[in-house]
Amino acid sequence: MSTLATLAWRFTLLSFVAVGGVTSVLPEVHRVVVDVHHWLTDAQFTQLFAISQAAPGPNMLLVTLIGWQVAGLPGALVATAAMCAPCCTLSYFVARVWQRFRGAPWRRAVEAGVAPITVALVLATGWVLMKGATTGWPAYAISIVTAGLVLSTRINPLWLFAAAALLGLSGVV
Amino acid sequence: MLVEERRWLTPQEFTDVFSLCNFLPGPNVVNVSIVVGARFQGVRGSLVAFAGLLTLPLIAILTLAVLYDRFGQLPGIDAVLRGVGAAAAGLISATGIRMAAPLAGMPRALVFLLITFVAIAILRWPLIPVLLALAPLSVLAAAWAQRR
Repeated sequence: MSTLATLAWRFTLLSFVAVGGVTSVLPEVHRVVVDVHHWLTDAQFTQLFAISQAAPGPNMLLVTLIGWQVAGLPGALVATAAMCAPCCTLSYFVARVWQRFRGAPWRRAVEAGVAPITVALVLATGWVLMKGATTGWPAYAISIVTAGLVLSTRINPLWLFAAAALLGLSGVV
Repeated sequence: MLVEERRWLTPQEFTDVFSLCNFLPGPNVVNVSIVVGARFQGVRGSLVAFAGLLTLPLIAILTLAVLYDRFGQLPGIDAVLRGVGAAAAGLISATGIRMAAPLAGMPRALVFLLITFVAIAILRWPLIPVLLALAPLSVLAAAWAQRR
């Protein structure tokens, strides 16, 4: 199968299970892009993630960056469309009926059941990225200190990114 | 902006839209744009909101992609990105920990959280079979817990 077609069906499939946003499917994106197809290295994946976080706009644009790396401009557009179209169509139709089920017991059960899985997937994303970022203990230290500061203060993460960039530049990592 | 500046939605409506979009698959903000756009102008509203949300960031990210291609391997840039990558990994981990906090007192939720994490992060199993197996079980367990 051509690379573009592979990109399209992989991301279309993931679009349907990206409950809680693109972050929850990143471990799977990583598995497909790095482990299965070898389109990117572990380190490149984490670097592209860093760019998508620092850039303005929705985090899902990581998918655009990956598409670009894999197959240039067509890849970027195909990956973005594949990630958006299915779930957008779904949102459009579900939004119309959703209000009717407010407070329905099954809706609460579904929400309560999906929550721990979504959380686990976000934590898995952190784990996978940390492994990709690491070049030894200084990288782990940056990850852990960033997580600690984000949890305990209201600092804008962009400041932490800037500090990490300087640490990187100074050759610590 | 939607609630305070334009008063297109009441805070209650916003919360409802937001919880729906968190629950639906796909990028959350993209879903919000579709749902809010649909409420006002149907399909056309959704398409306009979607395009408005994504056009400029898409141009920005493609510019960065070109720059990364050209300069990403330079030693200085590479070092900067390694630093920022480590920080970004920390940021996502913090998000996960914050999301996990409300589940702390619920052994049922923690069991499913742990199984999912091990299957995906440690064992690197494919996501879709894991979800197909675990999500129904987790929802059933939640329904059972509610009934008691």
